[in-house]
Amino acid sequence: PALPATPNPQYWLSEKPTPETDVTGYNNFYEFGTGKADPRDRSGRFQTRPWTVAVEGEVAKPRSFDIDDLLKLAPMEERIYRLRCVEAWSMVIPWTGYSLSVLLNRVQPTSKAKFVEFTTATQPESMPGLRSRILDWPYVEGLRIDEAMHPLTMLVFGVYGKVLPNQNGAPLRVAIPWKYGFKSGKSIVRIRLLEEAPQTSWVKAAPNEYGFFANVNPEVDHPRWSQATERRIGTSFLAPRVETLMFNGYGEQVAALYQGMDLSRYY
Amino acid sequence: MPSAAHWQARQVARFKPLLFLLALYPVYRWFWLAATGGLTANPPEFLIRSTGIWALVALGLTLAVTPLRRLIGQPALVRLRRMLGLFAFFYTVLHVLGWAFWERGWSVASMWQDIGQRTFILVGTVAFIPMLALALTSTQGWIRRLGRHWQRLHRSVYAIAALSVWHFWLVRAGKNDFAEPYAYGAILAVLLALRVFVAVRRKP
Repeated sequence: PALPATPNPQYWLSEKPTPETDVTGYNNFYEFGTGKADPRDRSGRFQTRPWTVAVEGEVAKPRSFDIDDLLKLAPMEERIYRLRCVEAWSMVIPWTGYSLSVLLNRVQPTSKAKFVEFTTATQPESMPGLRSRILDWPYVEGLRIDEAMHPLTMLVFGVYGKVLPNQNGAPLRVAIPWKYGFKSGKSIVRIRLLEEAPQTSWVKAAPNEYGFFANVNPEVDHPRWSQATERRIGTSFLAPRVETLMFNGYGEQVAALYQGMDLSRYY
Repeated sequence: MPSAAHWQARQVARFKPLLFLLALYPVYRWFWLAATGGLTANPPEFLIRSTGIWALVALGLTLAVTPLRRLIGQPALVRLRRMLGLFAFFYTVLHVLGWAFWERGWSVASMWQDIGQRTFILVGTVAFIPMLALALTSTQGWIRRLGRHWQRLHRSVYAIAALSVWHFWLVRAGKNDFAEPYAYGAILAVLLALRVFVAVRRKP
């Protein structure tokens, strides 16, 4: 179904968006399997209604939001973001949603709220990937509070002008365009504000390979591959790889968040 | 087994053109997928992986020839082994070329850097070099020239197979997704164990 939204020219790119069939057919969503087409092929039975999101922890007004309330919480915007996967491929995607800060402000984070944790749903009967021990389920991701409050950090309900398909993280996910894709939790059921950094799934699984920050950085290689270049999905298969940009090209907006930090240490 | 039931070398050789066409199955499949949009959203990644898998399959089939000869008592099957081995080499070459082009843009400096940086690339390279030597010395001329050294040299296929499975295992290590490397490793272990078994039984 369609999800009407107003284009936000502030968050727009001249780059050509990746074809919709690739955006919705080439995904990492291990709850449905590790193959790139598994999420599309195996997520049909995933239940997105009823759906509530608990927003709790270090907040003055913890509460649970129904998905239909979240859809009306703020005007829907269409934004075009780059998405850079830690596996060195990338896409350009028109997302629909609004800044996560809108939701966080509703619950009034306390002064102790230093981090935000996102927890993905676990539906064993419709997520065959949960049977494998690849990660310690549920999938947990997290951000520092200033990252979460940054206007670029988006709560996403749709893609390509339509309601999010299950494989893209229905009914709601986050998109953090200057970080590797795995930071953007999908099918979120709980958002917790915390004083300490949460233990995130990939940091738990392979701490030497995946850091908490996971900012896109062409100068800090993954231990098993270079991050200097990326393959843009949907381009000709003879097209050369493209250079990866610092903070995925969003440095102007977000570099200040990391001033004085050694990014090769806090990767 | 009576020798009358043994297939003659000539008879086995007649099967070679058919085996050749069968062994090209992955190539037909790639063209079919390319024509029908089946190469996924990331064709380079798909093709690099696919060539690697088929190289491993062909290597396994090559190593299965000798146990199969013994099992069904048809020593002449050895006539098919070289072709299978060369197919393993062929798919490996495509795999390496895929990496060189799509991953490294034909840049030799970048290839060297990759070998130094990534353990699984190093392991793959170490497996590829002796494979190149085996392919080059697979001709009758080289078999004659090398004499008894030829067999010694070609025993390195066991090391190549082990390195290939290790290479595959390392590729999947970061994702803790070992089902396939374990399956290939198990098949390889059985094929090697059969040889050890025969060697031990032959001793008085």
